[in-house]
Amino acid sequence: MTNLMDRPNLPKSDQPRAREPISTGSEWTFELIQKYDDEIAKCAAEFGLDTYPNQIEVISAEQMMDAYSSVGMPVGYHHWSFGKQFLSTSKGYQRGQMGLAYEIVINSNPCIAYLMEENTLPMQALVIAHASYGHNSFFKGNYLFRTWTDASAIIDYLVFARHYVAECEERYGVDAVEEILDSCHALMNYGVDRYKRPAPISASEEVRRQKEREEYQQRRINDLWRTIPKLDEDDDPVRRRKRYPEEPQENILYFIEKNAPLLETWQREIIRIVRKLGQYFYPQRQTQVMNEGWATFWHYTLLHRMYDKGLVTDGFMLEFLQSHSAVVYQPPFNSPWYSGINPYTLGFSIFTDLRRICENPTDEDREWFPDIAGSDWLETLHFAMKNFKDESFIQQFLSPKVMRDLKLFAIQNDDQEDVYRVTAIHDEPGYRDLREKLARQYNLSYREPNIQVWNVDVRGDRSLTLRHIPVDRVPLGKETDEVLRHVHRLWGFDVHLESVDDGTVVEDHHCPPREVEED
Amino acid sequence: MGMTHIVDRRLNGKNKSAVNRERFLRRYRHHIKRAVSDAVQKRSITDIERGEKVSIPSRDIEEPIFHHGQGGKREVVHPGNKEFVAGDTIPKPEGGGGQGSGQGQASPDGEGMDEFAFQITQEEFLDFLFDDLELPNLARKKLKDTEAFKYIRSGFSTEGVPAKLDVVRSLRGAHARRLGLGGARKKKIRDLEKQLEALKSAPEDLDPAFSHEDQIQVLEEEIARLKANVRRIPFIDEIDLRYRQHVKKPQPATSAVMFCLMDVSGSMTQMHKDIAKRFFILLYLFLKKNYKKIEVVFIRHHTSAKEVDEEEFFYSRETGGTIVSSALKLMHKIIESRYSPAEWNIYAAQASDGDNWNDDSPVCGKILADNILPLVQYFAYVEITPQDHQMLWYEYEKIQERFPQSFALQQIADPGEIYPVFRQLFERKAA
Repeated sequence: MTNLMDRPNLPKSDQPRAREPISTGSEWTFELIQKYDDEIAKCAAEFGLDTYPNQIEVISAEQMMDAYSSVGMPVGYHHWSFGKQFLSTSKGYQRGQMGLAYEIVINSNPCIAYLMEENTLPMQALVIAHASYGHNSFFKGNYLFRTWTDASAIIDYLVFARHYVAECEERYGVDAVEEILDSCHALMNYGVDRYKRPAPISASEEVRRQKEREEYQQRRINDLWRTIPKLDEDDDPVRRRKRYPEEPQENILYFIEKNAPLLETWQREIIRIVRKLGQYFYPQRQTQVMNEGWATFWHYTLLHRMYDKGLVTDGFMLEFLQSHSAVVYQPPFNSPWYSGINPYTLGFSIFTDLRRICENPTDEDREWFPDIAGSDWLETLHFAMKNFKDESFIQQFLSPKVMRDLKLFAIQNDDQEDVYRVTAIHDEPGYRDLREKLARQYNLSYREPNIQVWNVDVRGDRSLTLRHIPVDRVPLGKETDEVLRHVHRLWGFDVHLESVDDGTVVEDHHCPPREVEED
Repeated sequence: MGMTHIVDRRLNGKNKSAVNRERFLRRYRHHIKRAVSDAVQKRSITDIERGEKVSIPSRDIEEPIFHHGQGGKREVVHPGNKEFVAGDTIPKPEGGGGQGSGQGQASPDGEGMDEFAFQITQEEFLDFLFDDLELPNLARKKLKDTEAFKYIRSGFSTEGVPAKLDVVRSLRGAHARRLGLGGARKKKIRDLEKQLEALKSAPEDLDPAFSHEDQIQVLEEEIARLKANVRRIPFIDEIDLRYRQHVKKPQPATSAVMFCLMDVSGSMTQMHKDIAKRFFILLYLFLKKNYKKIEVVFIRHHTSAKEVDEEEFFYSRETGGTIVSSALKLMHKIIESRYSPAEWNIYAAQASDGDNWNDDSPVCGKILADNILPLVQYFAYVEITPQDHQMLWYEYEKIQERFPQSFALQQIADPGEIYPVFRQLFERKAA
């Protein structure tokens, strides 16, 4: 990583380094945080970072653990799983197995960032640059966040959700609410229309009205359940064969919310709440590399800019660089500390190299990135930040140099073979292939099984059939039956899940389980 | 710029997760109950009030989601390549179950991975223990809080209500302040007055240029100025005020001794003893909230009685017959020699399976009525048996009629039945 660390930083210091640091000690005060923030904001403005207003909250380690366990939601409804999270966080922290994150940042307007009181001043400055200017500008600029989340409304929505859940607990009992929430959490990742193009947020009003209409229709569909089927209709073979829904539905939670026959209104509302949260987290799940890479790139760049202006001391920089290099450390695949590719490292490397390609392009860069090599780096980086998600970002911007620096290689594990195969490495014939494989690794539908609502037996036993489309023969995991039990709880009637590969059912699950037929 | 709002949140809302934690404990109460119950067996009865580590098998607390299983064809990109080139093959490890995916789930270091371990607090521990004993809320509260407080003096403070003003202390402070501020000036005044005296008494110089007149005037003015200064030092000032400070301290009375009497004859199984142990724990917790100092005396008996330590009391095995009166006699002897009722509140808890040598039961009744009950606050007897009563029970029933305030007895078959024995005790203390 050293090659990333000692690269001279630009823009060139246009004024002589007047060494007048803001402070020299490592203890922070509120006045100092304010001063550092002012200066970081100035630097950020030089680079054209567009952010929501910031709200920086200083909290204790215990509060940080609280924030942790509510998966980064500043307000959350009550659920045992958050308690479990809290217990394991605090256990790890107390045993010293795990340091707490330096910061948590909330995608909201104003953008809330938590600083831990234990941090030293250089750490606080790093966190402010990273969260309040890095992540913040990402939240505001990236298209997924712009289309899927409404930063100004999220806090209000969370407060509403918390109250609503609490009210339900009072009215229907903690256990009943917990059951619904458990089941919804099991399907939380299936509460988003991931393949549909979301409508732009500027037309939010329009969308809302459209939604209302849609909901009205959905309610009418519920009448389906009440209609007594006419005999001649049932005899019509075409009608009988017609599936409901006609097109497979990827948003399982939405489908259940609108169509499950037995749910009560409050239960549907709770499904909706979990669905909305799933939607809120959806962009984060798809932009981890970019988001962390962007924030890391900017804390690195902004604090170096501060140094160039003589605002921070050498000691400050040493401490900052030590933390920075810990953040972007990538253990090699055979290290005992290896647990996959570090998104901070990958994202930071790509953004840093992108800037280099713009400023000091080589022949290789001109060949690989003809449109970018030699272009304005700030414009290019902003373009990359705004218009991509991890998968497409890697596909578009992962350079041969970064693949070489990280020494990436791909291993294929086919259960029909006795050996693992190295399919591509960081060399000329391998670059394109490697890049494609790495990009695919960040494709959500590759990471999570593709499962959709396939059919409801409207005129029969009301059973719900889900269909799984396997990729490369990868089967479903061990918990599948467990999850199906949750689907069954929500749906209220039999639930089937079939894996269909090339038109044949290769795996099936049922809840309640089917009797094993004896020969 | 300037848009940033910095907030100090450190003081508000610490235990945001308290409810979620409580929800978690509620969901896994069965696991925790078991852990608490195991801990009760392992711990000394004087060591009940602390938290406990609880382990839950990971599979019980998993939150299932759809995910990919083993198998099929996958490709993963890794960093840190050293010697591989495209086309290399690496043999899959042998074994690992037929398909040989090489990513088997088994953790090499055994259990650790499969357990979700966490700590419950002392309060939570007691709650689960009380659940086990089916304690009503009022009784729980009494055992957990020390609700009797006494204000005790703890030094002085510079702030307080007028009623708490300590006059002597305040005036002493004022005096010291006056000395501190005025002392130097007063000394100066005295010096100047001496000089003045000397000048006045000295013979007048004939030369008017050396006349003392001017000097005297200067001295007098200086003295007047200093005196005015000293007069301006207030006699008592706000900073002199001292208030008596009181802090709330729990007020357990004085000392108590708790006698644990148990039959250890062959018929008492370990299960009987475990129930007895809970019974003793409850009594101990009760006493602890009410007394500053508690001593515990363990007396076990079969045909003869012996004072033993806790370990031996609960876990050593004996065989043979049963003569209950031996324990009562020993208890009486110990009271006489070591625990004067004038200084000690005496409590006793006796556990037995009800067996006694028939001729001995009237003796027991007599010792209790004549020698022991007049000396003790409370004597509780539990008979741990699902069977019919024997002589001792009927004898004790007679005692209860005579001493309803200080004697209680109960037959129990499981820990939930222990509490009724204490009800009377709690009610009495609450009054």
